[in-house]
Amino acid sequence: MIELVWLIPLFPAIGFLFNGLIARWVNLDKRIVSWVACSALGLSFLFSILIFFSLVQLAPEARAAVPDKVLFDWIVSGDLKTVIGYKVDPLSIIMALVVSGVSFFIHIYSVGYMHDDPGYTRYFSFLNLFVFMMLTLVLANNFLLMFVGWEGVGLCSYLLIGFWFERDAPANAGKKAFVVNRIGDFGFLLAIFLIFAQLGTLEFNGVFAGAHSLDAVTVTIITLLLFVGATGKSAQIPLYVWLPDAMEGPTPVSSLIHAATMVTSGVYMIARCHVLYSMAPVSMAVVAIVGAATAIYAASMGLLQFDIKRVLAYSTISQLGYMFLAVGVGAFSAGIFHLMTHAFFKGLLFLGAGSVMHAMSGELDMRKMGGIWKRAPITFWTFFVATLAIAGIPGFSGFFSKDEILWQAFDSAHGHVLLWLVGAAAAGMTAFYMFRLLFVTFFGRCRASEEVKKHIHESPPIMTIPLIILATLSLIGGYVGIPHVLGGRNFFHEFLAPVLGGHPQEAGHTAFSLVRPAFASGGATVGSGVNMELLLMGVSVAIAVMGISIALYLYIWKTELPKRLGERFKTLYTVVFNKYYVDEIYEACFVNSTKRLGTFLWQRFDDGVIDRGVNLVARLMLWLGGVLRRIQTGRVQGYATGIILGAVIIILFLIR
Amino acid sequence: MLSSVPPIYFLIVSAVIFAIGAVGVLIRRNAIIVFMCIEMMFSAVNLTLITTSHHLNSLDGVLMVFFVMTVAAAEAAVGLAIFVLLFRGRGTIKVDEINLLKW
Amino acid sequence: MNPVGFPILTAVTFLPLVGAIALLFIPRVQEEFLKRAALAISLVEFAVSLPLFIFFDEGVAGMQFVERVPWIPEWGVHYVVGIDGISLFLILLTTFLTVLCILSSWRAVERMVKEYMIAFLILETGMIGVLGALDLVLFYVFWEITLIPMYLIIGIWGGPRRIYAAVKFFLYTMAGSVLMLVAILALYFLNGKATGEYTFDLLKLYQASLPIKTQYLMFAAFAVAFAIKVPMFPFHTWLPDAHVEAPTAGSVILAGILLKLGTYGFIRFAVPLFPVAAFKAIPIISVLALIGIIYGALVSMMQADLKKLVAFSSVSHLGFVMLGMFAFNAQGVQGSVYQMLNHGVSTGALFLIVGMIYERRHTRMIADFGGLAKVMPVFATFFMVVTLSSIALPGTNGFVGEFLILLGTFKANPVYGVFGATGVILAAVYMLWMFQRVMFGAVTHKENRQLKDLNLREIVTLIPIVVMIVWMGVYPKFFFKKMELSVQHFLYDIKARYEVVVPPPPGAEPPLDRKDEGADQKLVNTKE
Repeated sequence: MIELVWLIPLFPAIGFLFNGLIARWVNLDKRIVSWVACSALGLSFLFSILIFFSLVQLAPEARAAVPDKVLFDWIVSGDLKTVIGYKVDPLSIIMALVVSGVSFFIHIYSVGYMHDDPGYTRYFSFLNLFVFMMLTLVLANNFLLMFVGWEGVGLCSYLLIGFWFERDAPANAGKKAFVVNRIGDFGFLLAIFLIFAQLGTLEFNGVFAGAHSLDAVTVTIITLLLFVGATGKSAQIPLYVWLPDAMEGPTPVSSLIHAATMVTSGVYMIARCHVLYSMAPVSMAVVAIVGAATAIYAASMGLLQFDIKRVLAYSTISQLGYMFLAVGVGAFSAGIFHLMTHAFFKGLLFLGAGSVMHAMSGELDMRKMGGIWKRAPITFWTFFVATLAIAGIPGFSGFFSKDEILWQAFDSAHGHVLLWLVGAAAAGMTAFYMFRLLFVTFFGRCRASEEVKKHIHESPPIMTIPLIILATLSLIGGYVGIPHVLGGRNFFHEFLAPVLGGHPQEAGHTAFSLVRPAFASGGATVGSGVNMELLLMGVSVAIAVMGISIALYLYIWKTELPKRLGERFKTLYTVVFNKYYVDEIYEACFVNSTKRLGTFLWQRFDDGVIDRGVNLVARLMLWLGGVLRRIQTGRVQGYATGIILGAVIIILFLIR
Repeated sequence: MLSSVPPIYFLIVSAVIFAIGAVGVLIRRNAIIVFMCIEMMFSAVNLTLITTSHHLNSLDGVLMVFFVMTVAAAEAAVGLAIFVLLFRGRGTIKVDEINLLKW
Repeated sequence: MNPVGFPILTAVTFLPLVGAIALLFIPRVQEEFLKRAALAISLVEFAVSLPLFIFFDEGVAGMQFVERVPWIPEWGVHYVVGIDGISLFLILLTTFLTVLCILSSWRAVERMVKEYMIAFLILETGMIGVLGALDLVLFYVFWEITLIPMYLIIGIWGGPRRIYAAVKFFLYTMAGSVLMLVAILALYFLNGKATGEYTFDLLKLYQASLPIKTQYLMFAAFAVAFAIKVPMFPFHTWLPDAHVEAPTAGSVILAGILLKLGTYGFIRFAVPLFPVAAFKAIPIISVLALIGIIYGALVSMMQADLKKLVAFSSVSHLGFVMLGMFAFNAQGVQGSVYQMLNHGVSTGALFLIVGMIYERRHTRMIADFGGLAKVMPVFATFFMVVTLSSIALPGTNGFVGEFLILLGTFKANPVYGVFGATGVILAAVYMLWMFQRVMFGAVTHKENRQLKDLNLREIVTLIPIVVMIVWMGVYPKFFFKKMELSVQHFLYDIKARYEVVVPPPPGAEPPLDRKDEGADQKLVNTKE
């Protein structure tokens, strides 16, 4: 069964080829298109489940040692040999399950959401292509194939963000996404080159086995370069700017690509390369710091946005920061755990936003919504479940995953209390802005126009059923990873342990060892360690509740207060509301200067200097010709004089 | 009798006549005069050839004189015919006025 | 070795010329017939070139299909032709692109169709001749033969500034080649004096040993000629003018093949004849290549004329080719050769596409377009695929070439590799920005609303290219198999001769990353 892993990406590929090459150009009936697209995903998901169960049947140690399934040699040149090959181990199969499963539900949702769009077939063909690329990414057994998937999802992101290309905003957003991603890919490529130059192979098995021969500096450079790639794809500081703009795309796209799957590639990549990262504590520190910083920075921007998708976008960036924080402190399985739960609740949140838009005739601004919880109940209740999950309320999936991260940030040998503090603060902000979103959108007086009010309705079942499924997962999805301290068993961590290693404490020296305050322990031992974990857990729950309460206060009870606060702190408000003007800064610093450089090089240098030089040579020749032609005087006697003089000179030479 | 005059004098005379002819070719404006100077140069050359051939007791030089004279005659004939046509076309045979083939 | 039995290489070389002569007999007025005849000739030519591929023995490193006939024996000039893995694919690319060029000229050329087709066929003969020649004089003759039809094509059927562009192209390229001629003669005489055998035979001249200083000068002479052709910075300024003014098919063949003659010249002549000089020249060539990549991309970004943008992008892409070549390792050279083919396919396609839009609107200014994807979806799809190939998206041919080049360059010199990799970002920027301004957004000009999408002929022209883009990107092994040994042989040969003069420091790595020790057993003697 496991050897059939190559079928998992194959089904969506076939779906893409059929819908993209045939269905689109012969205007095939929409039902055929949706059946092809959704069943491709369904089959992918089915096979993922089957292979998962096959894997579970093996002994835990054997699960990480399943031989790769190689289809054929791809690029072979000199000592470079890369293949199209797939790897089945706990990490890749979990990713495949999440990707294929969530994609499947979102495909079904899209059938309803995109029903009236003229580009229906094109949408589904690109969506299938995306899943194919994403599955290639997570199932690849070597860096190069992973890079193929990596750039492939970037392409599909470009195509789908710019899906409604007749408008400027989506087209711009798509291009921005691709270019910013490419900057990250530049780092990834350099890492690949360095890996190959040092180790002579790009296959994961080979690289990780031989990694111990690398010196610390090289490993640090490699891991930092890989991280640059991750910041691009997973929207961390400084390459996150494309993700908010990506909301121009259709909402299911935002849900699938920009919440559940593509943006998590960076986290997966770091988890996959944990061997390398464990050898480079400096890189881990960088990852953790950037992750934490991004978490709180993005959360701050989500506090003030009015566009519901933008809030969710910043929330995604922030949650991704958490995942990076996790892997940065060595809690690789915690990061993947949060990846999974986040796929559930964030995917759901976006689909819910889509449902709200559907109900509100395309409106996105929460200020024009309100009071719709009764008229779109399923949308509301599923959204509520997801919000509880993301806020980290105990019992919901997000609680378990986020809490594990926060605990590891505090406790791990690579962790630091400051990291925990930032993470906790961001958690509070998360709870706040998510409930702000919930309250303003669903409660209160309905602030929409009369036209819109008349049409508020619940979405059709084809859209609400995926919502319900994802809500269920958001609720129960966390129970596979109950921490010991609460009496449970962390199946998730155990399942991934053969691949990701045991406790992060097993790492050697760390970057923070010197700066660790005295009271933080270095190991999860009984006694003071256990109490600490429970204590911190309680603190984070308290912070979440506090965030919710403040949101309740500001947006349900004293609703005129936010505006007054905004006016009190006008400059701060403006700066944060305008996203710290980062986009404008980038535009001025990088985009415009590059354009100016290009123009300068073209007009002043290429035309002005080089081409002038070439034409100068031509004019020189013309001038020389103009001078020399005066020898042709037409006077015979002149010529005769020349002849005689020449003859005399030659004779003189000969005589000497 | 001829052997009493050292050949060098003949050569000097020949050289002088050649030089006069050469300068004449370069300086005179009338084309017919130029041609006469060219004939002078031919004569000088003939003199040189005869002198040398007598001095070296060989017949080669004398033989070449015949060639030179033939060529001179042919050249004069063709050249004069060209001058006639030139005069018809341009109204002048002053050498410095026949300069169309210039830049 | 000539498994086919009859002199196929000569047939492939001269068939277009024969076809051109045959066209002479067709009356000028029968334009449709002329076009169809030319198309038929080019298709037959392509078919005739396929046996070269089919019967090519990938186990042999040296020249195959060699034919040798004395031409001017007194001067040591012979008609010697042969191909190896590198020239094989370039010849196939030539015959492939010529078919597409003639197909694309159907409606584009309205006057003097007969002369146009004849010029094209003669050009094809010249190009294939250059690629097959193994005698320096023969090579030079064919090299110059390619100049004249191209000059005519630009100068007669080109745009408003065609005379300037054609003369500039001709004189600039010729200046370089004349320099090369001096070097060829110098080589002839020096080698003759040293060995007693006066010959222009390339394979014999490979073994010539010359004083180092002289080698430098001669390499420089060859390098200038080829650098102008490639074109390398700063000798590139003829290219934008030539491309902008040339008719569509002229641009396609110029970018597709003629530029490769420059890179081919490096790999077949300049480097193997003077390996010591070549190694010494690595820094300067690499730096110029890097400048070409980055400068070409930056300038390309800001162009207002679509064709000029693609022209400068060619400068950028060929910078990659030169960068990889002078890494002098398996990945770099293999990637370089592969990228030559890729560029021919992708940039050729870009020019075809620009030509299609020009035929409809008679303008090439980006500002005159906008929102075309809505009006011409089929066109948009083809354009997008070709764009993605140009920016080296994995899955397309461009990625395989660029990846190998950058990997090889990085292995040889990490600094060069890092700078070269920035080209990856810049390429995405200028291509996608251009694509967006032309195809996306609202339809801003009313003339664009009525544009017709691609007709059957245009689709038929583009489909083979898309097939190649995907095939070469997903299964490059099919092509690598035949190239591998030639590339290895090239590296082995130049490194061995370099190390005779400059011995490697003790304890250094072996010069070659050969896969198996027995590789040199496979190097069959190249003489017939």
